[in-house]
Amino acid sequence: MESVKPLLEVKNLHTHFFTKTGVVRAVDGVNFDVKPGETLGIVGESGSGKSITAMSILGLIPSPPGRIVDGEILFKGEDLLKKSENQMRQIRGKEISMVFQDPMTSLNPVFSVEKQMVETVLAHEKVTKKQARDRAIELLNLVGIPDPSKRVKNYPHEFSGGMRQRVMIAMALACNPSLLIADEPTTALDVTIQAQILELFKKMQKELDMAIIMITHDLGVVAEVCDRVLVMYAGKPAEFTDTKKLFDQGKHPYTLGLMNSIPKISPNKEKLIPITGLPPNLGDLPKGCSFAPRCKHVMDSCLSIDPTLQEIDENHFVRCLLYEESKKAVTT
Amino acid sequence: MSALLELKNIKKHFPLKSEKLFTKEKPLLKAVDGISLSVRSGETLGLVGESGCGKSTAGRMALKLLEPTEGEIWFKGENITNYRGEQLRKLRREMQIIFQDPYASLNPRKTIEQTLAEPLKIFGMPKGQVTQRIDYLLDVVGLSSYHKQRYPHEFSGGQRQRIGIARALALEPELVICDEPVSALDVSIQAQVINLMEELQAEFNLTYIFIAHDLSVVHHISDRVAVMYLGKIVELGDAGEVYSNPKHPYTQALLSAVPETNPHREKERIILKGDLPSPANPPAGCKFHTRCPFAEDICRVQEPELKLVSTGGQMAACHFAKEVVTEGNFT
Ligand SMILES: Nc1ncnc2c1ncn2[C@@H]1O[C@H](COP(=O)(O)OP(=O)(O)OP(=O)(O)O)[C@@H](O)[C@H]1O
Ligand SMILES: Nc1ncnc2c1ncn2[C@@H]1O[C@H](COP(=O)(O)OP(=O)(O)OP(=O)(O)O)[C@@H](O)[C@H]1O
Ligand code: SF4
Ligand SMILES: [Mg+2]
Ligand SMILES: [Mg+2]
Repeated sequence: MESVKPLLEVKNLHTHFFTKTGVVRAVDGVNFDVKPGETLGIVGESGSGKSITAMSILGLIPSPPGRIVDGEILFKGEDLLKKSENQMRQIRGKEISMVFQDPMTSLNPVFSVEKQMVETVLAHEKVTKKQARDRAIELLNLVGIPDPSKRVKNYPHEFSGGMRQRVMIAMALACNPSLLIADEPTTALDVTIQAQILELFKKMQKELDMAIIMITHDLGVVAEVCDRVLVMYAGKPAEFTDTKKLFDQGKHPYTLGLMNSIPKISPNKEKLIPITGLPPNLGDLPKGCSFAPRCKHVMDSCLSIDPTLQEIDENHFVRCLLYEESKKAVTT
Repeated sequence: MSALLELKNIKKHFPLKSEKLFTKEKPLLKAVDGISLSVRSGETLGLVGESGCGKSTAGRMALKLLEPTEGEIWFKGENITNYRGEQLRKLRREMQIIFQDPYASLNPRKTIEQTLAEPLKIFGMPKGQVTQRIDYLLDVVGLSSYHKQRYPHEFSGGQRQRIGIARALALEPELVICDEPVSALDVSIQAQVINLMEELQAEFNLTYIFIAHDLSVVHHISDRVAVMYLGKIVELGDAGEVYSNPKHPYTQALLSAVPETNPHREKERIILKGDLPSPANPPAGCKFHTRCPFAEDICRVQEPELKLVSTGGQMAACHFAKEVVTEGNFT
């Protein structure tokens, strides 16, 4: 495992938005790597910077107001932040492709699905229009759209929410990318289709050695398909480790709070237990640990010292003062 | 409990573009193909089923956001199927929807404050109270007043979903159709929103139709659950009963596919064979027969009726539903 060179390395990424009301630190010091063929899960609070991290990798941050103010994004050893827009366009869709969280924002409502899919394929592959069309139908079939040769002629609004999401997935897989970033790819899907899509991902992964970054709120999906998981809170990593370790020995108080909030199918319905308090304002983060105002284990030092990501055990990183003996002791 | 909303055999058939130019009959996509449902005042009815089976279409028809091709909609004992204009506008205050796609349903040129103020002003809330009410609503969905001046594109997916929830609850409606209301939220905020929806329900006797793919969330919040397949209801009953003792093979397959939040446990899955049939050309007989592990000859020719299958009021549309009870070999 150790010797495998990562496909993607995100180092100290900072993506900020400069708005009228101040600077929003959407991504504020994120580090992780993705190995070829692995599935990395990203989970975390709504608004914690997961999608913005993905957009940063693809060079799709709207600027202004957004800007990557610091960091490196190494893909196959080359820094994507140093590429021109033209080079990035070649990489997007071909090398790295993305399934967006809002399918309607990335499907063009005025063109049929056929036109959009054929164009995607033609933009990156040397094939005829006929071949591109066949490929489009084959892909729609793979993602479980019934009657694909007819439905391909439909416009986005003529599909159900989950079907649009599958159309997006089909488009993202069109050019056999080596990295697929899937932002909530299965939220609009029923569990049977979800299982089918996750199977498809696994199959593509084996065949093409494709790596996947899976952004999701569904911890069940994480448990089933991810090799490692990055937990984010307020623009920063809170915990980063193997999936099994996270579920068995998750350490960060935020991770534990998340695990506690999952509703379970059990005969006696108990009230759900959310993490108390409000999500942080990324334009005005508290001093010290950004989770401190909501943390059950908060100590005095948490209010003044911002913890750093520590490797507390092999391949198990946590950003919490409870696990930073030296700093924990300094101020009490 | 009396029925607040009643759907009587409603259908929605969308015309499809025909490949042949000069055919008499236009092909139809039968998105909803005859569902009857009575929603009791104060209850939460969960609506689940395969993607594309017609859940959103049914929900939109119930609120008259979409005209049914056939059938009737009754609200509080009145037939509202043919309501138009002013009559409909008055109803809107009592019936709201949280849309599945929050981005598409928010006006990109309006700040969140403007979006939330609009319905309040239309229904005559004094200016002074509007601000207060907006602050309260934002607080309730875990957003803050510093978000008010922002536009939809400046929010994350889950934040937009919460704006949709705040908007739907703004007028304290009686009936809310919740179309995937929490799918984009992390589990902690999801728990917060669900707790809130339950509190509001207890306080104001709200009625919810809760459409979602997350079966544990549906189980948690619903009193009763309806399971749809290709435009029809295939099972309906008390949530506890349906989950612990599903009678329709589709429900059984669905429940077996719920992902397990324990990475060490491999689950026994009923894998459905074959592709999802097209609603433009649904199979004859039982619509599920092409994928059903228990299908027999009768299933291919005769469509099963939704019938009572337990003393607790559970209904299922399967020729063999009764046998399941005695043999218990489906699960
Ligand atoms: N254009 C923008 N201007 C200002 N702030 C923005 C903009 N786009 C995003 N943000 C903020 O950046 C933060 C991170 O957003 P992001 O979309 O990455 O969240 P996320 O983790 O994907 O959340 P979710 O789970 O809800 O999708 C959010 O708090 C959001 O409000
Ligand atoms: N305006 C339309 N024109 C043509 N077909 C439509 C239209 N709206 C929906 N459909 C079709 O009707 C069927 C049911 O769609 P609906 O949106 O109700 O499904 P759903 O159960 O809500 O699915 P999901 O879980 O994916 O949101 C689908 O096959 C869809 O493609
Ligand atoms: S650093 Fe302190 S406040 Fe932050 S998570 Fe750890 S214990 Fe809680
Ligand atoms: Mg997001
Ligand atoms: Mg829908």
